[in-house]
Amino acid sequence: MATSEPPNDHSQWLRPQRLSIGRWWKSGEPLIWLNATAVAVCIVAVLGLLGLIAVKGLAHFWPSDVLTIEYDRGFDQTKVAGEVVQRESISRGRFLEAYPDKSDIEGATVARWMVKSGNRRVNAPDFRWIFEHDILSLEREDEIVVFERAEWGNAYGTLATINETGKPAITESLWDELQARIKRTNQLRRQAEKIQNRFIERINHQFEKLRLQERRRALKGNYDIADLNAQREELNDRYIHQEGRLREVQSEMERDSVEVRIADGRITTIQLSDIIRAWQPNSMSYLEKFGHWTASMWIFLSEDSREANTEGGVFPALFGTVLMVLLMSVMVTPFGVVAALYLREYAKQGPFVQLIRIAVNNLAGVPSIVYGVFGLGFFVYLIGGSIDDLFFKAAQPAPTFGTPGLIWASLTLALLTVPVVIVSTEEGLTRIPAALREGSLALGATKAETMFKVILPMASPSILTGIILAIARAAGEVAPLMLVGVVKLAPTLPIDGNFPFLHLDRKFMHLGFHIYDVGFQSPNVDAARPLVFATALLLVVIIVGLNLSAITLRNRLEARYRGVLL
Amino acid sequence: MRDDNSSPPDTQGVKLDTTIVESTGEPNPTDLPSSDICLQVKDLCLHYGDKMALDHINMRIPRRKVTALIGPSGCGKSTLIRCFNRMNDLVDGVKIGGTIELEGLDIHDAEVDVSQLRRRVGMVFQQPNPFPKSVYENVAYGLRLTEKIPKSELDDRVEWALKSAALWDEVNDRLNDTALGLSGGQQQRLVIARAVAVHPNVLLLDEPASALDPISTLRIEELIAELKADYTIVIVTHNMQQAARVSDYTSFLYLGELIEFDSTLTIFTNPSEQQTEDYITGRYG
Repeated sequence: MATSEPPNDHSQWLRPQRLSIGRWWKSGEPLIWLNATAVAVCIVAVLGLLGLIAVKGLAHFWPSDVLTIEYDRGFDQTKVAGEVVQRESISRGRFLEAYPDKSDIEGATVARWMVKSGNRRVNAPDFRWIFEHDILSLEREDEIVVFERAEWGNAYGTLATINETGKPAITESLWDELQARIKRTNQLRRQAEKIQNRFIERINHQFEKLRLQERRRALKGNYDIADLNAQREELNDRYIHQEGRLREVQSEMERDSVEVRIADGRITTIQLSDIIRAWQPNSMSYLEKFGHWTASMWIFLSEDSREANTEGGVFPALFGTVLMVLLMSVMVTPFGVVAALYLREYAKQGPFVQLIRIAVNNLAGVPSIVYGVFGLGFFVYLIGGSIDDLFFKAAQPAPTFGTPGLIWASLTLALLTVPVVIVSTEEGLTRIPAALREGSLALGATKAETMFKVILPMASPSILTGIILAIARAAGEVAPLMLVGVVKLAPTLPIDGNFPFLHLDRKFMHLGFHIYDVGFQSPNVDAARPLVFATALLLVVIIVGLNLSAITLRNRLEARYRGVLL
Repeated sequence: MRDDNSSPPDTQGVKLDTTIVESTGEPNPTDLPSSDICLQVKDLCLHYGDKMALDHINMRIPRRKVTALIGPSGCGKSTLIRCFNRMNDLVDGVKIGGTIELEGLDIHDAEVDVSQLRRRVGMVFQQPNPFPKSVYENVAYGLRLTEKIPKSELDDRVEWALKSAALWDEVNDRLNDTALGLSGGQQQRLVIARAVAVHPNVLLLDEPASALDPISTLRIEELIAELKADYTIVIVTHNMQQAARVSDYTSFLYLGELIEFDSTLTIFTNPSEQQTEDYITGRYG
């Protein structure tokens, strides 16, 4: 047999000298570049979005300087004090279209500033555009004060006098006196809120209970309500007493007022009961500004909203969002897990089960508004209506559960997210090796015992993955909620001190809807815009936070089963 | 009983060699009185769908002896051993004919509780399959299923089971660590301890050492020799030397049929069937 000579020409093993596109493509290098580019674009997009939201949202709370601007309005000259919230330049052509007589303005672009000048009641508008070329003088007055008011937005001006019951209070330092008196009014305000929310609210709750009791008796044909009337008398006395206390506190709050000189020299009077905070941004150090910034954020997180949601905080929306997501998780988890267990462990695998599986997967693709309509028709009107007919007859015709509310919103979202829980749980179940099931069965465990003691603990990381996906989807969902329970302004939180403490039938507020409402339904767009960013940031932070905690838990569980799962 | 534990098992050459057979010539199982019989298999047929996997198997498995099942892959060894604790019930489309009697009770009787049967007939699989729980929890798993045992008694029984499986000395200081941290051989002994803990009558070992290194294999074989004092052991193995070393009886299966069942000494020195001799001398399979 002839043995072949070992090749002495190695040229065919070396890289070709001549580069060709075809060879380059075959080497796989362009694919790597393509992949890396795609990932880079994604990262840039996500970070850019988060960065934009974070910068715009967080900047809203920063106490920026107040400038006193003297400018030419065309017909006269005026002075305003305010924060510059935006600067932009527009093209000369666009400018001349609006102001054809101003052709003497030089330059290719014209700069303009948006100034938040507040004082909506005496010197509207509170946001105004000022052209840079109209500005005659700029000043940064140290003693200018920003007042955050309960109504009418911010006020800007310098302190003239502080009045107590209409007479000027004698004082050494107006600023310190003002702060002390604002503190006093705020304490009174909290007292008034406590009386309102705790005592009067409870009395109203009891009145309502009495009314329902009376109705219930009437439905049974019992019109003897002497005892109820006695109770009502007593409640009424308590109500009058509490109302008296409330009025006392309120009149105490009305005691002080402050006279403020606004930039154009006019004097205006502001009731201290209207003022929530006052600060002098121009004379604050960076540290003080930082303190103010954190305090503002805390107020944003912890207070109710005011002024059609364009001022104040988002606490009710924050609370509603988290509560709704938690309720949704509590409902969707057992349901999804049980369904997945049946599909994977008990059902006889065949075309029918496969069909169900496909249907479940497709359920995840149904537009969310369809779930909203379904939730309204099925949950709210059918189930809720039946519950009312059966258990809340006395309250009718006013619906109790037959109206959009927290429980229906949670249920609707649970329905919307149940496919992802089913799919990921099923995936988890298939990852458990058959050897472990057999091991358990061979020790005399029944199928159910094996399920609870071996299978479910090992599937828990996948179940958690399903919940993570469900939360991510549910927390950002707005459209279906508008039909089944979310409102612009809920007067009470779904959890309070009255039995049964968690009120599943109540309507609630939601951050996602809040963004929509503040951003697009607001009467004061300029005031609302920064709040949209702040609220969006908060919603993102909450979703990331909920996800991170679930992911941490999942990873811990997964580490326990590492090496066993397929 | 083996007396020379130190010699490493020879896993290479396959030849008819009387020196590796250490069981003292047991009588043919058909000659044993029925009082010595633990499992009696009569006319056992098993079909997966239309495919016949076991064909009229008749077998008498003696009590407190080690019975090895040998044969080429696909001959039905594992199927047969899985009949003894009815693990085949889990497979779709299985049809079983004939009877298997455990101590005189037909295990397919409608009155029989499968869970209870499996507690009496423990099983150890080819791959070590400890649960992803602590060493302690693995052993306590079977004990906790039926009764509520006080903690102190549970501790005692876990210790006893781990000692029975010759694992106690290695794990007594890490009972609460995860069982997945043990070596393969330790895991397999843990699985044996888990099976032993519920006091079965029969231990089924389905190629218990095939996934282990030679040293661990040796420990398992020693353990089998110790356990046969208390349990009837049925072992499936591909390793002829192992069958010869650990078993008292050996049965040879081929294509779902029981070709020959006799004392290990007879099978390895003087088989009556040509097929058996061909197989153990490595001419096929």
